[in-house]
Amino acid sequence: MQGRPQATSHPSERSLPPKLEVSLHVNGVERRVFLRPWTTLLDALRENLDLTGTKKGCDHGQCGACTVLINGRRVLSCLMLAVMKDGAEITTIEGLAQNGELHPLQSAFIAQDGFQCGYCTPGQICSAVGLIAEGRAKTSDEIRELMSGNICRCGCYPNILAAIEAVMQGAQT
Amino acid sequence: MIDFDYVRANDVGDALCQITKHQAAKFIAGGTNLIDLMKEDVEQPTRLIDITGLPLNEIHETQTGGLKIGALVPNSDLAYDERITQRYPLLSSAILAGASPQLRNMASTGGNLLQRTRCLYFYDTATACNKRRPGSGCGAAEGFNRMNAILGWSKSCIAVHPSDMCVALSALDAVVHVAGPKGDRAIKSTDFHRLPGDTPEIDTNLARDEIITAIELPSEEFPRHYSYLKIRDRLSYAFALVSVAAALKIEAGAIKSSRLALGGVAHKPWRAPNAEQSLEGKQPDRKAFVQAADIILQEAVGFAHNRFKIELARRAIVRALEQAAAGTPQSQSVKVIV
Repeated sequence: MQGRPQATSHPSERSLPPKLEVSLHVNGVERRVFLRPWTTLLDALRENLDLTGTKKGCDHGQCGACTVLINGRRVLSCLMLAVMKDGAEITTIEGLAQNGELHPLQSAFIAQDGFQCGYCTPGQICSAVGLIAEGRAKTSDEIRELMSGNICRCGCYPNILAAIEAVMQGAQT
Repeated sequence: MIDFDYVRANDVGDALCQITKHQAAKFIAGGTNLIDLMKEDVEQPTRLIDITGLPLNEIHETQTGGLKIGALVPNSDLAYDERITQRYPLLSSAILAGASPQLRNMASTGGNLLQRTRCLYFYDTATACNKRRPGSGCGAAEGFNRMNAILGWSKSCIAVHPSDMCVALSALDAVVHVAGPKGDRAIKSTDFHRLPGDTPEIDTNLARDEIITAIELPSEEFPRHYSYLKIRDRLSYAFALVSVAAALKIEAGAIKSSRLALGGVAHKPWRAPNAEQSLEGKQPDRKAFVQAADIILQEAVGFAHNRFKIELARRAIVRALEQAAAGTPQSQSVKVIV
């Protein structure tokens, strides 16, 4: 529906609802955008804010590629409307590195070879950041279960698990 | 997705006022099912009323020794709340068996009840579906029906309600509190969802202009003898082929009371009062559990691709009751079934 012309001469056409001003705090920066109500957070990040690190996989909440952190909790940006996230603190894959240093999970995914094509990786890493912050996964079975919302069609699961375990063990020492 | 406009509700009264004014409006909270269905043009509200600002996100003790869970409490917060894990572990376990951590962070307690009863044909607008387009026929009955119902279905609809949480709520005799233009009322969770009959387009007994405000758990907790056993095509992040919520009270080696509800088998969570009655006073052994399973499934009728579910359900019921009796509930992270 986006990109559809706003003015139409056809009398039966309903006029589009107005764009709404939305303030999104993305990776520590306040971004003000004007959006139609149906723009998902995923589309707003990618199309309006040029943050294309967050990936559109299935667009139906089944693959986890669009995972971002909102107020520290991992969520699926494809199944939420951006207008409903006015004022929220959003962290995407672009916001994880600090002062030019990769986030420990980003480094661990490289060190452990945690991806092949890389399309699911931003979602995997954001999900793993959420997982570690939640602090509920202690064993590898628990990590597997609590990462099951992120699908990797290259099948890098053992290496993704190794990367997350490496960071969790590093965090303990 | 069709065009829609968006408004926010300030409180319950405001939400009710707004839904009354606009016939094609819907409430939105977590949106995990609604937005998905809107993308497929299955749901086509012309206005969304955002209720996430309503003050319904706390869990309170009730005067009768139970808990009242605000409708907006996220599924993940509910599953990990200490009062739930200690006193109602069956509910915690069922929630953690469903969806993914991301979805559980988004989805609300009330919204979990209001996710649509559905099947592949409900989602596919190119096919017939009486639930999506009343009178158009049922594509599933003669089609791909592996995930569909074996109990309580009608000629018009064989879809199942996919929630795990609601199966536990049904077993625990939870009560759904709702507000509406005529005032507040309470609906037993077992009466909240409905069977399809010849009006499968209606999933629940909640009126269009009503809103869920809370879910109440009564004081009977089943903290020891319980299990939520979910059988599915992959070990995580998949809907149940069959799931079983089992809870027992065992005194002096005999079953004093029991609760049994099934998921993935019917248009609503399938509570089994006759089977529960049959267990009363019996020794908690395999013989009694098989008999209870037989009672539940005597009326089960499957379709071309899902007849296996009847035997699967029989075995799952027995196993879940055995796990409950032994005090060794099914783990939701280690998926080996013991």
